[in-house]
Amino acid sequence: MTRTMAPGVVEGYLKVAPTVTRDGDAVTIDANGVYYKQLNEAVRQAIDAGAATVRIENVNGQRYIGTGVKASGVRIEVHGTAGNDMAMFMDGPEIEVFGNAQDGVGNTMNAGRVVVHGDAGDVLGYGMRGGRVYVKGDVGYRVGIHMKAYENLVPIMVCGGKARDFFGEYMAGGMLVLLGMNTQFAEQPLVGGFTGAGMHGGVIYLRGSVEPWQCGKEVGIFQATEEDMAELTPILADYAEAMGMDIEQILAEPFTKLAPFSHRPYGKLYAPM
Amino acid sequence: MPYDLERYDTFDVRRYREESPFKIHGGCGLMGMCDESGALRSGEDAILAMAVQHDRGNGLGGGFAGYGIYPEFPDHFAFHMMYHDVAAKEEAEALFDQYFTVDLAEPMPTRPVKGITDAPLLWRYFLKPYENKLEQAELSAEDYVVHVVMTINSSVDGAFVASSGKNMGAFKGVGYPEEIGHFFRLEEYAGHTWVGHNRFPTNTPGWWGGAHPFTLLDWSIVHNGEISSYGINNRYLEQFGYKCALGTDTEVAAYLFDLMLRRHKLPLSLACKALASPLWDDIDRMPEDEAAVMRSLRAVYGPGMLNGPFAIVLGFNGGMVALNDRIKLRPLVAARSGDTVMVASEESAIRAVIPEPEHVWAPKAGEPVIARVKDMEWPIHGDLHLDASAISCAVTGTDQSCDTVEVNA
Repeated sequence: MTRTMAPGVVEGYLKVAPTVTRDGDAVTIDANGVYYKQLNEAVRQAIDAGAATVRIENVNGQRYIGTGVKASGVRIEVHGTAGNDMAMFMDGPEIEVFGNAQDGVGNTMNAGRVVVHGDAGDVLGYGMRGGRVYVKGDVGYRVGIHMKAYENLVPIMVCGGKARDFFGEYMAGGMLVLLGMNTQFAEQPLVGGFTGAGMHGGVIYLRGSVEPWQCGKEVGIFQATEEDMAELTPILADYAEAMGMDIEQILAEPFTKLAPFSHRPYGKLYAPM
Repeated sequence: MPYDLERYDTFDVRRYREESPFKIHGGCGLMGMCDESGALRSGEDAILAMAVQHDRGNGLGGGFAGYGIYPEFPDHFAFHMMYHDVAAKEEAEALFDQYFTVDLAEPMPTRPVKGITDAPLLWRYFLKPYENKLEQAELSAEDYVVHVVMTINSSVDGAFVASSGKNMGAFKGVGYPEEIGHFFRLEEYAGHTWVGHNRFPTNTPGWWGGAHPFTLLDWSIVHNGEISSYGINNRYLEQFGYKCALGTDTEVAAYLFDLMLRRHKLPLSLACKALASPLWDDIDRMPEDEAAVMRSLRAVYGPGMLNGPFAIVLGFNGGMVALNDRIKLRPLVAARSGDTVMVASEESAIRAVIPEPEHVWAPKAGEPVIARVKDMEWPIHGDLHLDASAISCAVTGTDQSCDTVEVNA
């Protein structure tokens, strides 16, 4: 994996175009040791040239894959470890990661779908505005903070493992789901502290229970009703299909719902009546 | 690059003359690697882990520390020095002659690297304290060395100690870490433990002495974040004879670990809780005896608490410890593969060195990741993870021996 270039300084990535092979409307790109800029140029060129599937092999930390890409009917496969800010501002494509994802995935994402068959890092889905993010395993701190929704743009995120502090902090819209199933932290709580702190829109569903101290004072803790489960089940079914999991097993535990008491918790802070 | 230095009249160009005083915003990158079997890894592995994180820095600071790199001088204090000029070198060397037997003095082996310019004079020395001076001073050899380090850094104009431990050394400067590593020929060194850093200076100048790691004796610290409590930490450390003279906030973390682990002999778990204190609400939910210890700890070491975002790696002879601030405001990923424990700001840095680790995880905020080299003396008192009663026992020092507390006197 060591790459050297004259005069002998070890380079993490080389600023060279990656090897690209085409097979009909499928394009394969070898990202091994290629700097993110040249890699993402190759991805965009493939999509502009009409590729339906872009398969990226040997990814190791290259940033911004799928970032700002606006396209429909395009599928990007990431084999390896997806770098920071993957799918940021993404508008339409589907990205499937066979490995873990680093920090900041789905930042302000607009539409499309991200499926991670591994763990994901901190600030996942920050300010997400639409589309779906599915993660098989554990996620980090500040996941789903400030997700928002408008009319038919409703972001949905489902995380199959456990989450740390600030899950859904300042959430303004959309749906955030945490299952606690595929985790390497069996002894630890489902979710950390400050869950939904400052939340004023949208909904959080947790498979299992949560203590009041773990949640922000702006949210109410409810048992999910049949109506709630009717809303949630099709999403979980889609998630289960993407992950190769059993929907019955997911539904075998009761869900807790977190919802904000007020849509304008600070409405009177600066303009007291 | 021409600077209008008059606009920065509070900036001490005399001390930090190599670099710009401009404030630039960004992040940093770090790595730590320890082979718990004691097997040695080339410095090139540490360089590769930092090269992958190139974009986390901006070329204004890179550095490494390696442990086990001087097996031919295991009992000497190895001083890595930076000098602005020959006068600074002569003044520091006169001080060395006064305090130490100098068994070897030589220029640091370097090679020219494009992008590395304005290097200070770089020398290394293998030193032993004069026995009679030690006796007169009534100090431990370590305190004697700390005194010399503080004297040079604060009083010898243009001379700075990059490292001062045994069988270890720091290699740092202004440049990207992969350039700095190549400049210092790190592939020629082998160590059981390495730490590395890529700097993106924010509040303090980018200059050779201000690059990470920051060291004292065997301790080395690399840090991503900002220590907002630098002022109060600095004043607290002054009471114990430490002088912060390098102009970078991270310096206080190196001295705080020296104070708590070496001088106060705090168990590691307690020292980490002092730096990344649990929130008061969390303490209120702890079992009463544990809560009492945490309240005492926050009261006693309040001025030592590191406020602000941080991910740090502490390297030493015997292992390494990685720690996040209590609400994880900076990234840190850990992995284990066989006997090797590795941490970094990004998982990709780990996988560049170890493509398929057995276990990769994101450490919890405020909870240390610890690697310990087998059969090496563990320089830290107390067990790795103590329960509350063991902590109480260690702190209150009851007559009965504490079951879980090992003391390596």
